[in-house]
Amino acid sequence: MNHPLVEGYFRMEKFPHIWCPGCGHGIIMASIARSIEKLGLDKDKVCIVSGIGCSSRAPGYMDFNTLHTTHGRALAFATGVKLANPELEVIVIAGDGDLSAIGGNHLIHAARRNIGLTTICFNNNIYGMTGGQYSPTTPTNEKGTTAPYGNIDKPFDITQLAMGAGATYAAKTTVYHVNQMDKLIESAISHKGFSLVEAISICPTYYGRKNKKGSVVDMMNWLKDSFVDHKVAEKLPPEKKEGKFLMGEFINKIEPEYTEQYDKIIEQLKK
Amino acid sequence: MARKVKFLQGNEACVEGALMAGMTFYSGYPITPSTEIAELSAEGLPRIGGKFIQMEDEIAGIAAAIGASLTGAKAMTATSGPGFSLKQENIGYAALTEVPVVIVNVQRGGPSTGLPTAPGQGDLMQAMWGTHGDHPVICLTPDSVKETFDLTIRAFNLAEKYRTPVILLTDEITGHMREKIEIPDQSEIEIYNRIKPTLGEDYKAYKVYDGDIVPKMADFGSGFRYHVTGLMHDETGFPSNSTKNAAVLMDRLMAKIENNKEDIITYEEIETADAEYLIVAYGGTARTAKAAIKTLRAEGIKVGLFRPITVWPFPEKQVVELSEKVKDVLVAELNYGQMKLEVERVVKGNCPVRFCGKANGEVLTPEELIRKFKEVL
Repeated sequence: MNHPLVEGYFRMEKFPHIWCPGCGHGIIMASIARSIEKLGLDKDKVCIVSGIGCSSRAPGYMDFNTLHTTHGRALAFATGVKLANPELEVIVIAGDGDLSAIGGNHLIHAARRNIGLTTICFNNNIYGMTGGQYSPTTPTNEKGTTAPYGNIDKPFDITQLAMGAGATYAAKTTVYHVNQMDKLIESAISHKGFSLVEAISICPTYYGRKNKKGSVVDMMNWLKDSFVDHKVAEKLPPEKKEGKFLMGEFINKIEPEYTEQYDKIIEQLKK
Repeated sequence: MARKVKFLQGNEACVEGALMAGMTFYSGYPITPSTEIAELSAEGLPRIGGKFIQMEDEIAGIAAAIGASLTGAKAMTATSGPGFSLKQENIGYAALTEVPVVIVNVQRGGPSTGLPTAPGQGDLMQAMWGTHGDHPVICLTPDSVKETFDLTIRAFNLAEKYRTPVILLTDEITGHMREKIEIPDQSEIEIYNRIKPTLGEDYKAYKVYDGDIVPKMADFGSGFRYHVTGLMHDETGFPSNSTKNAAVLMDRLMAKIENNKEDIITYEEIETADAEYLIVAYGGTARTAKAAIKTLRAEGIKVGLFRPITVWPFPEKQVVELSEKVKDVLVAELNYGQMKLEVERVVKGNCPVRFCGKANGEVLTPEELIRKFKEVL
C-alpha cells in the first residue's frame, strides 16, 4: 500500500522517476508535498513551474497545475502565471545551473520585485542532466567533466544572492536535514512575497564520482557534519565553526508584495 | 454604434486593436521602434483590470506572456529585431505546447543593433525559421495604421483558434506612420475565444476531441491539474520518448495550419485581372508599390500588385496562379531578397522573378521601384 502522501499528491502512474539511485532530489520533492499537505492548500490552486534539468522533472510527478518550461526561464513564466492570476500558489522548482547561471537574471529580478513566488532550489552543485559539468555552485578546485583539472570559478551562494537582490524570505537546508527542510519550505510557501529555499542535494552519479566523495551514505554524512544552523553557530566557539557551512532561515520580513501593489493601482483607477 | 475617429500611429493602433481583441496581459522589454506598444499597454491594461509588466529582458517578456496565457489571459508581447532574436526559443515553446500568444515585431534596419530608428524587412525568414526545429507559424503583415488595428485583432483570434503563437510582423514605416483611423464599436468586432473543457467531462490536455481543430485548453487553476512541457508529449501532455508518438504530435501541429490555410491566408490584389506584369510587396513597402503601380498604369503599362497580408503560411496558390498569367514578377522588399526566395520557390520557373530592394534603413521610393520595373520593358 502506498503512503497517503504519495496517493494524494503525486501522479502515481508517472513513477518510477528518472532520478539516479542515491539522488537527493526525491527528498526535496517529498518535502514540498508534505508542506503543501500541512498547509492544507487546494491542489487545484497550486501551480508548480520548472525549467530544464534533473530537478525540473519533479513537476511531472506532482499532481497540481504543472509547467515544465525552457532552461532558466521558470521564474519568468511563473511571474506571468502569478501576475495574471494571483489566487494561484506558485512554486518554482529549479536546479543550481537553471536558477543561477542561465536563469540568474530572472532570479534577481523576481526577488527584487518581491512577487509572491516560492522558489525551491535543488542545488546539487553540478549539471546532472547533461552529465556532470561544473555549475555556478561547484566549489573552487572541485571537478566536473568541463573542469577536468579543477574548477577555477568562485561559487555563488544562492541564498545570499537572493537576499542581496531583495528576497524577503531566504533559507538554506540540506537533504539530510529533512525536518528542518519541511519547516522551511512550509514557511516559504506561507510567506507573502518572494521566498527562496536553497536545498542542498547530492549527486552521487556525477558530482560524487568525479570528486571521490564516496558512497551515498558518505555524502549524506558529509552534509550532516558540514552544515550547522546559523543560530546554533552563533553560540559555538570558533574552532567548532571552522569549515562549517551555515544553514537555516536567514531572512523573513514583510514588504509589499508585487501583485497586491498592482491590484492597488487597478483599484485606484476605478475611482 | 459608437465609432471613434482617431489620428494614430501604427503602434498605437496595435494597442487599440489588442484591447478590443480582449488582451488582458502584456509583458515585454523596452526596444525601439516598438516602445509605444508597451507604453500604451502599461497605461490601458490596469484601467480594464488587466496586467502589464516590464520584464528584466526580452526572453522573460515572452515567457511571462505564455505563463499568463495558461491562466486564461489573452497575452501579448512586442519587440523589434534584436529582441525578436532573443524571443525565438520561447516562440518554439509556445508552438509545441500550443499556448496562444501574440508577438509583435516592429522591424528595424539591419542585423545586430543595426539601425534602431529606421525601417527594415529583414526578419521575414526569421519569423518563419527563427526558432529551432520544424513548427507551425502564423505571421501577418499590415501596410497601414488601420490594418495594424485589424490584424492585431485577427492575430489574437487566430492564436486562440489554432492555439499557436501568432507573429504580427510590422515595420518602422507602419509602426510610426500616422493615419486617420475609424475605430469600430466593440459590437462590430468578431472575437474568437479558445475552447475550454467542462469539469466532469473526459479531458486529456492534448487530445483533439471530435469537431475541434485543436485540444481544448483549460485555465490553470480551473480544476484540471494537467502538465505542460516543451518535451515531446502524448495526448495526456506528459513527456514521451516514443518516436511514433512524436510523429503523431508533429504531424498534428503542422496539419492544423496546413489544412486551414484558406481560413488563415489573406491577401490583397490590385489591378491583377488584366496584368501582364506583377509586383509583389508587403508591409510598408506595399505603399511604395501602390504608388508605383498608379504611375505605371497611367502610362498604360498593365501591371498589378499582389500583397500577401498573411506571409506565413505563404499564399502559395495565389502566387502560382498569377505567375501563370504574367510575363514577369518583381518582388520589392527592404532586405536582400527574402520573399523573393519564397516567390521563386513557388513559381517554379513559370516566369522570371526579379528583385528590387535595399537594407540601408531607407524606404524604397516609387521612383526607384519604377526604374527597376522598367528594366523588363
